[in-house]
Amino acid sequence: MNQYPAWKYLLIVMVLFLGVLYSLPNLFGEDPALQITSARGFAIPLDLDANIEDALVVETITFKNKERAGNRMLYRFNSIEDQMRASGVIKEALGEQYVVALNLAHATPTWLRALGGKPMTLGLDLQGGVHFLMQVDMDTARSQQLDRYVDDLRSALREERIRYVSVRREGNKNLLALLRSVEDRNSALEIIRKDQSLQGLNVSELDTEEYFGISATVREQQLLELQQTALKQNINTLRNRVNEIGVAEPVIQQQGADRVVVQLPGVQDTVDAKKIIGATATLEYRAVDEANDAFTAAQTGRIPPESRMYTDESGQPVLLKKRLIVAGDQLIGASSGFDQQTGQPQVSVTLDGVGAKRMLDFTRDNVGNRMAVVYIEQKSGGRKTEEVISVAVVREPFGKRFQTTGLDSMAEASQLALLLRAGALAAPMEIVEERTVGPSLGADNVEQGFKSVLIGFLLVLVFMAVYYRVFGLVADLALFANMVLLFALLSMLGATLTMPGIAGIVLTVGMAVDANVLIFERIREELRNGNTPQASIRAGYDKAFSTIADANITTLIAAFVLFLFGTGPIKGFAVTLSLGIMTSMFTAIMGTRAVVNLIYGGQKRVRKLSI
Amino acid sequence: MRFLNKKTNIDFMGRRKIAFATSLILITLSIVMLFTRDLNYGLDFTGGTLIEVSYATAPEISEVRSNLTDVGMNDAIVQTFGAASDIIVRIPLTATEGESEAEISTVVLAALQQGVEGEVVMRRVEFVGPQVGDELKEQGILAVVYALIGIFLYVMMRFQWRFSVGAVTALVHDIIITMGVLAVVQVEFDLTVVAALLAVIGYSLNDTIVLFDRIRENFPRLRKASPLEVVNISVNETLSRTLMTSMTTLLVLVALFIFGGEIIHAFAFTLIVGVLVGTYSSIYVASTTLLELGVSKFDLLAVEKEGATIDQNP
Repeated sequence: MNQYPAWKYLLIVMVLFLGVLYSLPNLFGEDPALQITSARGFAIPLDLDANIEDALVVETITFKNKERAGNRMLYRFNSIEDQMRASGVIKEALGEQYVVALNLAHATPTWLRALGGKPMTLGLDLQGGVHFLMQVDMDTARSQQLDRYVDDLRSALREERIRYVSVRREGNKNLLALLRSVEDRNSALEIIRKDQSLQGLNVSELDTEEYFGISATVREQQLLELQQTALKQNINTLRNRVNEIGVAEPVIQQQGADRVVVQLPGVQDTVDAKKIIGATATLEYRAVDEANDAFTAAQTGRIPPESRMYTDESGQPVLLKKRLIVAGDQLIGASSGFDQQTGQPQVSVTLDGVGAKRMLDFTRDNVGNRMAVVYIEQKSGGRKTEEVISVAVVREPFGKRFQTTGLDSMAEASQLALLLRAGALAAPMEIVEERTVGPSLGADNVEQGFKSVLIGFLLVLVFMAVYYRVFGLVADLALFANMVLLFALLSMLGATLTMPGIAGIVLTVGMAVDANVLIFERIREELRNGNTPQASIRAGYDKAFSTIADANITTLIAAFVLFLFGTGPIKGFAVTLSLGIMTSMFTAIMGTRAVVNLIYGGQKRVRKLSI
Repeated sequence: MRFLNKKTNIDFMGRRKIAFATSLILITLSIVMLFTRDLNYGLDFTGGTLIEVSYATAPEISEVRSNLTDVGMNDAIVQTFGAASDIIVRIPLTATEGESEAEISTVVLAALQQGVEGEVVMRRVEFVGPQVGDELKEQGILAVVYALIGIFLYVMMRFQWRFSVGAVTALVHDIIITMGVLAVVQVEFDLTVVAALLAVIGYSLNDTIVLFDRIRENFPRLRKASPLEVVNISVNETLSRTLMTSMTTLLVLVALFIFGGEIIHAFAFTLIVGVLVGTYSSIYVASTTLLELGVSKFDLLAVEKEGATIDQNP
């Protein structure tokens, strides 16, 4: 007798049900949609919907539905035409503060989405898009850092009225300071030890014939920190810029110690993308022109000669002095926090030596006046945007480090700090790898990929049915279930399907039947040895089990190594292959046994097996 | 239906000297090929720029070339790709020294559009910098080595060291011969081919493990048989399964090769070669090595007890 207990059938039915449920989202296709995000990453105000919908009503464009998720809004449309028209209308209505990105949003029904159902995402090679691998130029970052130390040391020496012969950078690794006397050198060493901005230097004494010198190198620890912050800072900058391009679902990730992966699905104009990613953005600190009124100046068009007209985030005019206090390349860092006395959110900014001196000079003379922060970005085509992102009153003189308060919330403070850091690339970056797939090739890949999966699948189905007859059909069922489970798992895990991933699926189809072949050959063997059909079935399954387990585990080892060492697309292959092997263990062993038991298990005497 | 109607009784091991000689010759030839012709390394490993475009009508290759020479791309290699209206331009790294490497594709795309009616559609741009190419090579080699070590340890744990040596010898044999074939045919060796080689390792090992499992099972059952006979019987018993699985795998691979498109060609080709070689090697190389290392029933005594619990009398 070959019977399965009821719970096993129940388990199989449950798993299959879940499999079907979670692979369902892949059948619903996609809606043309628009994704709206704030250009600066702030949350979208709740009343924005009305603006958008009013604008759409005027142009008689209907949308299917809308949803708000975190910092983004999504509007779905019935056709691509509607989507394109709406894109223009909404861009017009919202202005430059919001990014409107074309998107293909999956059309999974709400109830299914509530259960966590979502379709597989297609990789860049299937939907088209750009992949960049960018490397931070650490040598330049390092010498930039040394230059800053040189500046800081010079101004510290000047401040303490210690006369020096020279302070300069020697090559990429050394800082050299020459002084006239032992006393001067001792005081200089003392300064290096004490000054906050000069921490992170390893110093040694170095005497020349004429002078008393100090040779310094940057500490290894400091360099590591520099590398980490530089990379983080660059990723932030990149993220902001990518946002600017209007890409629906970009990927910007650190890879290794000094690299960043940037993936922009659906972007076709790589020339433009490269320009924007490589663009240089910067910050400026300027005094507010307190003597004149900005609104009057804007209305009359009479702008005082020493001032310039700017606009702030909401488009209001701001009149600022032409003379620059501090520029973004003098900014070393920015972080958000709370004011210790008032408990209000604030942003702390750190300037380098030169910037600090200038800031101190300015603030000493301007207590009670306002100072503005201007965000400047060089865009593609030589365009330049300048926007006042903050105006604050100077309460007391400050220099190197200072706080900007008067911010609405902690979220705004941390956003501003991020922006300040993201303003400039901490270190130059270069593209070390690019892979761009045009939309036409992507579509071809999808078509060819699925065609080959389908044909391979059908060939194996037919072959198994012919070769093993009823048992072959049972194996075919299992293979089908295996595909459903594999697609469900890939969808649930949010895996990205790539061309090598499809190859992994194809290979899985070929190898998944191996378990059944092993079992069926065993059953045939047992029958040949003169065992009864029922006994043969049992022995076939039992004896084949350890073989199947061993064989699959070793394949999994290879797939695991592939996953560890592979990049991007190769990982996709490893993932589909290993998931396919695991699901096939379930369907090919337990699944087929259940069906075989149903067919033959209940009969007292089975004369002959159709195998 | 069955390929082998009766229980086969082929004296595989009797011919192992011939097989050994064949393998030796194939490996030697492969190594010679790898050194003299070298692999046709793809962009992933050499670095450089590759641009695939599609014209409305098939262009004159010579014209495309002269367009590229005009913008200073003297080392550009221009080929058709699949259809006559599809063109691939390859630009090696050395040709572009001094300029910003990543900007080359921009220059080339503009040059290709020169004097052409209708739009030139960009299908694919790939650029791999010199740093990345070397790393990918290193990672590829490391991946294969670590996979072999992992497999060696697992087989040692589940069987015994002689089996590990046998399995890994068979795998090295497969990789060398497959790569030899790749060198002869000059298939482009890129990252997907490395993935295929690792899949070959997984596949071929699968075969080997099935055979080893049977050998382990047969040693205690056939107490009077010599190791050679045990191996021979085991090979025969697993033969129909080996052929069947190779068949189904080859079926899907051929489907992938024919219908999967150019991008997956090299991958599918490598796997087809690998599956063929792997099927042969698990029959001959793994088991021959096992015999040469003097495997005997005493090697599996500990496991024998475990095996005995599997019901002998159904």
